[in-house]
Amino acid sequence: MAADSAHASQQSQDEETRRDFLYLMATAMGVVGTGAFAWPLVNSMNPSKEVLALASTEVDLSPIEVGQSLTVMWRGKPVFIRHRTEAEIAEAADVALDELPDQEADADRVVKPEWLVVGGNCTHLGCVPLGQKTGDEKGEYGGWFCPCHGSHYDTSGRIRKGPAPENLPVPPVEFLDDTTIKIG
Amino acid sequence: MSEHLKTNNALIKWIDHRLPVFSMMNETMIDYPAPKNLNYWWNFGSLAGFALVVMIVTGIVLAMQYTAHVDYAFNSVERIMRDVNGGWLIRYIHMNMASFFFIVVFIHMFRGLYYGSYKAPREILWMLGVVILLLMMATAFMGYVLPWGQMSFWGATVITNLFSAIPVFGEAIVVWLWGGFSVDNPTLNRFFALHYLLPFVIVGVVVVHLWALHRFGSNNPLGIEANGQQDKIPFHPYYTVKDAFGVGVFLLAFSGFLFFAPNFLGHPDNYIPANPLVTPAHIVPEWYFLPFYAILRSIPDKLLGVVAMFASIGILFILPWLDRSPVRSAKFRPVYKWFFWLFFANCILLGWVGQEAAEGLPLILGRLATAWYFIHFLVVLPLLGVMERPKPLPVSISEPVLSGGGGLAAAAAKPMEKA
Repeated sequence: MAADSAHASQQSQDEETRRDFLYLMATAMGVVGTGAFAWPLVNSMNPSKEVLALASTEVDLSPIEVGQSLTVMWRGKPVFIRHRTEAEIAEAADVALDELPDQEADADRVVKPEWLVVGGNCTHLGCVPLGQKTGDEKGEYGGWFCPCHGSHYDTSGRIRKGPAPENLPVPPVEFLDDTTIKIG
Repeated sequence: MSEHLKTNNALIKWIDHRLPVFSMMNETMIDYPAPKNLNYWWNFGSLAGFALVVMIVTGIVLAMQYTAHVDYAFNSVERIMRDVNGGWLIRYIHMNMASFFFIVVFIHMFRGLYYGSYKAPREILWMLGVVILLLMMATAFMGYVLPWGQMSFWGATVITNLFSAIPVFGEAIVVWLWGGFSVDNPTLNRFFALHYLLPFVIVGVVVVHLWALHRFGSNNPLGIEANGQQDKIPFHPYYTVKDAFGVGVFLLAFSGFLFFAPNFLGHPDNYIPANPLVTPAHIVPEWYFLPFYAILRSIPDKLLGVVAMFASIGILFILPWLDRSPVRSAKFRPVYKWFFWLFFANCILLGWVGQEAAEGLPLILGRLATAWYFIHFLVVLPLLGVMERPKPLPVSISEPVLSGGGGLAAAAAKPMEKA
């Protein structure tokens, strides 16, 4: 009698575990399956092929005189191109690295020293700094000045003063010939 | 105050037996017993519902005329203003009601803070309200982007850039939000889709909010539970009439803005088409985001600023557990009452700081006000729960009325408050 009831309870415990296992597996399959279907929906919001196809732009540099600047659009954002003067190049190259908040040598930021190509959005909250036009305020370091929250960039586009945490980013630049570059 | 539907109409009886929709309406809007001492601050719940309906109705009509494309969006909005029959009226209603919706909801929330409406057993009711606020903020932000003016574009840029502060995944998340490498056509399209969707999600949460509300009924200015039916009156006609009167007063104030200063609450720069190459000199969000924007800018670190801004709303979720005082209404909390008004003034100060440039005096005040915002929740409220000695509570909602008569209720309550 005692053995019988022990056997019965053993059986019911077995059945409970087997059922638990089935519940667990079914739920897990449901979660994985839903997740697998959710991914294409989430991924559809990432940049599409035609947006990625426009991810590079070619620029003819020949009309830009020494000391002039040009703003071009790349990936929907401005890119600053500056034909730097000898003085500007020297100024950018002569700064001691430990004076910089975001330490980076000028030589690492340019392909050819006379052509500086940097992203045109302040690294603080994305405003477009002044300094591309002749009359613009260029900040204390002769590069760019962001009027939104007062960040100063030098002639290498490096942050020198103000709330921005990083230098203006250098996009991938490739010289196709002496006066044509490909950005991106 | 019977729970049963009283009708002689055979058709209504026939339908109600199969789908008890009339019984439900009767129980929630007609016979529904409400505390008899609700004051005018209790108007703002139904007023918020009214604003939501106005926004959805005007929004659907506007969507029929709007084009969600970077090349056409700005002009399609101008076309609504100039060529569409009554388009200017519909758009100005939608624009200004957005602001008034926030005014109403902020008052509704401050009322909850003053009378302790978030306390047991109404914690989930309060938390659902915070969810509605978050959904409203997301909806309003995306709606502001749709006209594709300068503030639309740069507001979208700055706000989406907030997510780049997230470590490791930040950049990928921002590119995913944009659907590109900057705020552009894919961004505008998805914002329009979500701006249309989220109001209906809000309606859904409002239904659950009301469900939670009707579980225990409204709180009241005394903050004590109703003892029985003698403390309650049926919702209709007493509060339907009172709410309708409130809607009338509300519409008077609203019409003042709508017809005489429709652009007062907006920013003129948003009538300049979006230009990714030129940033407006001074980017400010819509007024209802200013206190949160001030908190964001008060903190010099980008990531911590973003965390603090979200925490300023997130902290409301745990408010019912931060305020340990067993007494709900500030009427009987002599110390909390003052801290409530200090907190209110602090929020106004944050709003003022939010529209100033972040430097000099506004920056310092912003930092102090941000600190106080969190101190209020994290230090003052837990301490007051232990240290404050509340005044004695009335025995019932009816007591002050029965002992002194309607006009003398306030006088009768006075000596009790001093006791």
